[in-house]
Amino acid sequence: MNTLILKTTSRFLFTLLLLLSVFLLLRGHNEPGGGFIGALVAVGAYALFALAHGLTAARKLLPLPPLRLVGWGLLVALLSALVAFFLNKPLMTGVWFSLLGVKVGTPVIFDIGVYLTVFGALLSAIFGLEETADRTPEEAP
Amino acid sequence: MSWLIVLPLLIPLTTGILCLVLGSRSAQRVLGLVGALGLLAAALALLSQVNQRGIQAVQVGNWPAPFGITFAADHLSALMVLVSGVVAVVVALYALAEGDTPREQQGYYALSHLLLFGVNGAFLTGDLFNLYVWFEVLLLSSFVLMILGGSKAQLAGGVKYFAVSLLSSILFLVAVGLLYGATGALNMADLATRVGSLAPGLRDGLAMLFLGAFGLKAAVFPFFFWLPASYPAPPVIISALFAGLLTKVGVYALLRVFTLLFTQDTAFTHTVILWVAGLTLLLGVLLALAQGELRRLLSFQLVSHIGYMLMGLGILTPLGLTGSVFYALNHMIVIAALFLLAGLLERLQGTTVLVRMGGLYQSHPWLAVLFLLPAFSLAGLPPFSGFWAKFTLVAAGLQAGQYAIVAVALLVGLLTLLSMGLVFAEAFWKNPPRPLAGTPTPPGLGVPVALLALLALGLGLWAEPLLALSQRAAQELLEPSRYIEAVLGVSR
Repeated sequence: MNTLILKTTSRFLFTLLLLLSVFLLLRGHNEPGGGFIGALVAVGAYALFALAHGLTAARKLLPLPPLRLVGWGLLVALLSALVAFFLNKPLMTGVWFSLLGVKVGTPVIFDIGVYLTVFGALLSAIFGLEETADRTPEEAP
Repeated sequence: MSWLIVLPLLIPLTTGILCLVLGSRSAQRVLGLVGALGLLAAALALLSQVNQRGIQAVQVGNWPAPFGITFAADHLSALMVLVSGVVAVVVALYALAEGDTPREQQGYYALSHLLLFGVNGAFLTGDLFNLYVWFEVLLLSSFVLMILGGSKAQLAGGVKYFAVSLLSSILFLVAVGLLYGATGALNMADLATRVGSLAPGLRDGLAMLFLGAFGLKAAVFPFFFWLPASYPAPPVIISALFAGLLTKVGVYALLRVFTLLFTQDTAFTHTVILWVAGLTLLLGVLLALAQGELRRLLSFQLVSHIGYMLMGLGILTPLGLTGSVFYALNHMIVIAALFLLAGLLERLQGTTVLVRMGGLYQSHPWLAVLFLLPAFSLAGLPPFSGFWAKFTLVAAGLQAGQYAIVAVALLVGLLTLLSMGLVFAEAFWKNPPRPLAGTPTPPGLGVPVALLALLALGLGLWAEPLLALSQRAAQELLEPSRYIEAVLGVSR
């Protein structure tokens, strides 16, 4: 899509949406929000950017390929579940500690894992679909 | 130590995740094997713990049962986890030797370990809704594995598999929802104390819904049509895993639900199970005899022999359940061996259509031995493991006076032998009708098959330990109070 308005606004919206997604992720602990919905908003940001600037530009803004992000997200979630092991509690027991005066706990870390997983999985689906959509006119006889 | 119960879940999960994160093919190959070996070791440790200290339970997240998520390991769960570990190791060895590069790059190792994660979760969970969740975990991985590589046959088989699995999931979910609505409980131990007070009509209806849902998964009569349509499609490293593990999860769920929850109207429910068992046995083996393609033939044999596992459940005596458990364990090993062998023959001869095969006895006599060991075990000839499994079931049937099912079981054993003999005559004995174009076969493909074949022989010659363990599993199944006490912490 090649419109000046979309290209210009998508740059601003991209940042805003990513900030909103992090806000939703952290808000999710006590209020509506969380890793899943936060990741959906972040995917929205990337999808918008990809529509305006093309897939290659959007991919450049990712630190890792989307499917690899799924792996890292699962790893973060798994590690948050394993913390309880060192305190001799059953798997996935919530553990809370204070970091610079902020209360941080394994559920938050688990949510970050969910965020990364959902983000990577959905983004790879959307990128895959856009790739096919880009390719079809050329391949059609 | 409560972590031992969740170790058979954490190891495949960690392996799967690391495979996703690392991405490099050689690292994934090493991880694939190490993960499977780790799972086997953890399963052995879990079994010895259960054997020494009785049923183990853990409340994940430290929320007490029946509100939290329970994992419980009795002998049945621990044995199923152990044999799935064995199958995992052997299939990983075969995959390493075969080196199917495209599928390895598309994430075969990650997916197969996530599949194991789901399978073990289903074996170990103590919560009916979580059982549904674990089914979904293993189904999601299996959907991707089914179509991994994307050949036309795989996609065609995958669509059928997907549709049937979804139907079974919906049935299961509806049944769980209704049961929850009627009793207000989902924890299986908690449910076991409450199902008895339901109205008999409602209870039997729910039991039949569960029978339908798990029957679809286990591929029993009349729901087996999807299995031979989909299992032969993917490459053998995938279909051997499916054949060894997935239907047994359905069988496990039936064993669990129909010994823990629905044991009030056995005259109705378990008679239905016996009928299902008999018809599955007969139709499966007759259809297997009609097949001209090795993997489809084996798929029908797989279906047929699920009937034996249900037969013991239908009889519902200690001996019958011992036979069911032993049969399920033995069958996981034998059928995985036969599927892997079918893959090996396909490589050697370029086809698995029986009329076009031939001459293998002349060219690869050791392969003929490797085929005959699991084939005889499947047919139930002494001294193989299948003989003891069938012997136990037939003895249980005679004791309980269920002569009809005993006759069917014996007849099916004979017909299985006939069908295996036909395969041997076609693929090994006769001269090939025309020159065969095989693909080069990497060395070491025979090793995993040989391991399983020798295991089938070893379990036959030295059946006592596994039989004793199966017996203890059966005792625990018939005394739900021990399971309930282990999970809820109080005897009711």
